[in-house]
Amino acid sequence: MKVSDIIQTLDGTLLTGDANLDAEISSACGADLMSDVMAFVKDHVVLLTGLVNPQAIRTAEMMDIKVIVFVRGKTVTKDMIDEATSNGMTLVATRFSMFIACGKLYEAGIRSGGMRERY
Amino acid sequence: MKLHFDVPGDDLSLAGKASSELKKALGRLGIDPVTIKRTAVAMYEAEINMVIHAHGGSADAEIGPAGIDIRLQDSGPGIPDLDMAMQEGYSTAPEAARELGFGAGMGLPNMKRNADDLRIESTVGVGTTVTIRITLPGSTTKAP
Repeated sequence: MKVSDIIQTLDGTLLTGDANLDAEISSACGADLMSDVMAFVKDHVVLLTGLVNPQAIRTAEMMDIKVIVFVRGKTVTKDMIDEATSNGMTLVATRFSMFIACGKLYEAGIRSGGMRERY
Repeated sequence: MKLHFDVPGDDLSLAGKASSELKKALGRLGIDPVTIKRTAVAMYEAEINMVIHAHGGSADAEIGPAGIDIRLQDSGPGIPDLDMAMQEGYSTAPEAARELGFGAGMGLPNMKRNADDLRIESTVGVGTTVTIRITLPGSTTKAP
């Protein structure tokens, strides 16, 4: 699924430039705990989070995540948008909750997510 | 190549900046993405820990042909029980850490998972030094 399809599915607002709109996304991670993002995330992933602070951007940077969707209609600061832009990332806002946003993406065809290799 | 970073403890919005800068520097050196990601995650968790527990400190990275050595030093409260701290889910982090998206007891396990060698020296009331070694692919040099 392309990033542009994700925006459409989530009735989302694009907060950054259109750099990654044609990028292919094959899995998703919904988390507010950034350490979990770093423990489980795979490649070509969209991060859905309710955490609105620079650490969400930096966590994505560490993990080479190019797309972040902020759920529950949260407001993103200009500093975050600037930092994301300088790292070549795309930020999207959606008014849907985490549960509904993840459900909509699953229904639209993103079926893969990180899983623990062992307990 | 040596890099030094001051990690301020009084501005939470800066937490992770040093790791971001190191990651960019490693990219410019042409190091492979998997190694860069492991390095970045291990240092990022350590940097966040330093900010939320120890009011900042300093980080030094040395990049050589065999690997990347990172040393993070703080003068914080120290870790009273390192074995407990290494357990997934164990946390003594304050509420402010959770507002950053951390503080759920995953930091040290994440560091251990990504580092080829992780050493933590800590004295209560004196401070903590974390040493992370990442071996570069193709290198046969063992961790010190």
